[in-house]
Amino acid sequence: MATETVIEARGLRKRFGETVALDGLDLEAAAGTVLGVLGPNGAGKTTAVRILTTLSSPDEGEARVAGHDVVREPAAVKRQIGVAAQDATVDGVLTGRQNLVMIGRLCGLPRSAARERAADLLGQFELLDAGDRVVKTYSGGMRRRLDLAAALINRPPVLFLDEPTTGLDPVSRARMWDVIRSLVADGITLLLTTQYLDEADELADRIVVIDHGRAIADGTAAQLKAEIGGGRLEVTLSEPHGEAAAALAPFVSGPVAVSADRRHLRAPVAHTGGLATTVVRALDAAQIIVEDVQVRPPSLDDVFFALTGSAAPAGADGRPALAEAA
Amino acid sequence: MGVAGVRGALRDTAVLTGRNLVHIAREPLRLSDVTIQPVLFTLLFIYVLGAGIVLPDGTYKDYAIAGLLAMNLVTSAIGTAVGLSDDLGSGVIDRFRTLPMWKPAVLVGRSLTDLLTATLCGAIVVATGLVVGWRPQSDAGSVIAGFAVFLLFSYALSWGCACIGLFTGDAESSQGMGLVILFPLAIVSDALVPTQHMPAVVRAIADWNPVSAVTTASRKLLGNADPATTVHAWPLQHPAAAALIWSLALLAVFAPLAARLYRRKTSD
Repeated sequence: MATETVIEARGLRKRFGETVALDGLDLEAAAGTVLGVLGPNGAGKTTAVRILTTLSSPDEGEARVAGHDVVREPAAVKRQIGVAAQDATVDGVLTGRQNLVMIGRLCGLPRSAARERAADLLGQFELLDAGDRVVKTYSGGMRRRLDLAAALINRPPVLFLDEPTTGLDPVSRARMWDVIRSLVADGITLLLTTQYLDEADELADRIVVIDHGRAIADGTAAQLKAEIGGGRLEVTLSEPHGEAAAALAPFVSGPVAVSADRRHLRAPVAHTGGLATTVVRALDAAQIIVEDVQVRPPSLDDVFFALTGSAAPAGADGRPALAEAA
Repeated sequence: MGVAGVRGALRDTAVLTGRNLVHIAREPLRLSDVTIQPVLFTLLFIYVLGAGIVLPDGTYKDYAIAGLLAMNLVTSAIGTAVGLSDDLGSGVIDRFRTLPMWKPAVLVGRSLTDLLTATLCGAIVVATGLVVGWRPQSDAGSVIAGFAVFLLFSYALSWGCACIGLFTGDAESSQGMGLVILFPLAIVSDALVPTQHMPAVVRAIADWNPVSAVTTASRKLLGNADPATTVHAWPLQHPAAAALIWSLALLAVFAPLAARLYRRKTSD
C-alpha cells in the first residue's frame, strides 16, 4: 500500500513545431507522497502536468494516474485528480463562491452539497470575506487560493499544482505553503512543479530535477545534496579582485560563480577538511583581501548548478530561483 | 450514455447556461446588440428608410417587422462567436477540461444562452413594433409558430457563429468576421425590401437566401403583407418547408463542425 505508484510517466515526448518540450521524461510518485518537479522556465514542467492531467496528449510514451492511462481513460483519470494550473483557471466574472459551486456541480455534486463544499473551502482558504466578490477584484494570492480550492472540490486523491507560488509575494507564498502542508498531512498524493529550490526542499518528499524536457536527477533533497558531495565554498572579498576566481580554481570541483558586485564568490568543493585555512592563505598570497570564508553543506541551488552547469540566478525578491517569475 | 449520463449532460449544460447568464447579468451592456439595437433598427428602418419605400399592398411597417426580426436575430448571432472566443481566451476552458463533465456542455450551454438572448431580442422587436402600430393579422397559434420559425433558424445560425468563434479564437476577430458574413446574409434577402426590383444576380441570391425563406414563412404566419407570393423561386413558394430545411441543414453541418473545431482548439 505504501509503495503503490499513483503517478507514473514513462518516456514522455512532446514537441510543439520545432520546440522539444519533453524529451523522454520519466516521473513516479508513490501514494501519499509529494513529488517536486524542479526546473527553470521552459524545462517542460507545465507540458508534463498538462499531459498527466489529460489536457494534452504525448507524442510518445505513456502515463498512468491513479491506475488509469491518461490517453486511453481520460474520464477515469479526471475523476481522481484536482488541478491548479499556473494561470489561474477560475471565471473572473463570477464570484469566488459561484466559481466553486459551478465547479462542484460540474464534478457531479448535488446543488446543496456543492454549496456546502464551497462554503467549507472558502473558510479553509481564508476567502470567506471575499467569497461573494467578483474574482476579477481578487489579489494574485487570493486567486491562487481560490484556484486551489476549486481543485479540491471533489476531494481528489491526486493533486497537481503547477508553480503554485510563482509571482506571489513572500507572505502569500508562506500562506500557500501552509495550505499545501495541511493537504499533504491529509494523505493526498501531490505533484508540485516549481522553479524555486527552497520550495521543493520545503515541501517535496522526492525531487525530480528537469531540464530541456528530461529528468537530470531524481531523489530526496538529502540524496541530491549527497550526490554533489563535498560542499560549497563561499568567499566574501573586502573589495572586488579580478584574479580571485582564478585563485580559487585549484581548490574547487566546479565553476566559480561570481556575484553581481563581484565581492561574493561561490563554488562546489569535493573535500572540506581544512579548506577554509588553505583558501585564506592562497588568497592572501595573491594579495586578495578576504573578509569572510565559509564552507557549507551543499544546497539544492548547488545541485542544480552542478547538474546543468548553469548558474541559478537569484530571484527578484532575493530568494534563489532558477529563473525569474514569468 | 445511460440515464445517469443523460442527467449529467443536462445538469452540466444547465450549469454552464446559468454561468453564461450570470455573465450577462454582470455585464448587461454587452447585450446591447439584443436590447438597444432592435429598438434602434426598428425605428430607423420604419421611419427613415421605410419612408422612401412604397409597397404595392400594405404599409412598410407591416411588411418590415418580420424582416427586422430576421435582421436583428441574424446580426445578434455574433454573440455566440464572441462569447465562445472569450471563453477560449481565458483559462476557464482548461478548468472545465480537467473536470469529469459532459464535454459538449460548453458548446450546448453557449447555444442555449444565445437562444434565450435571441428570444429576448425577438420580444423587443415585437414590443417596439406593437408600440409603433404594427399588428399581427392571424390567430395566436400562427403568431407563436411565426416566432418559432425565427428562433429555430437563429439557434441553427448560432452554431455557425460558434464555428466562427472557434475558428478565429479571439473576440475582436469574431466580431469583425461575423459582421462581414452576417450583415450581407441579412440584407441580401427579402427581409427589408421585396426582391422583385433587385438586379437579376442579386435577386437570385436573395430568393434562395435562407433568411428570405425564414422571413417569408414568418410573414405568412403573422398574416402580414407578403409580396413574395409573386416570386417563383421554390423556397419562397414553400417558405415554411424551406425555412425548416435550411435550419436543420445548418444545424446538421455546423453543430458537428463546431464540435470538431472545439476538439481541435482544445487539444495539443
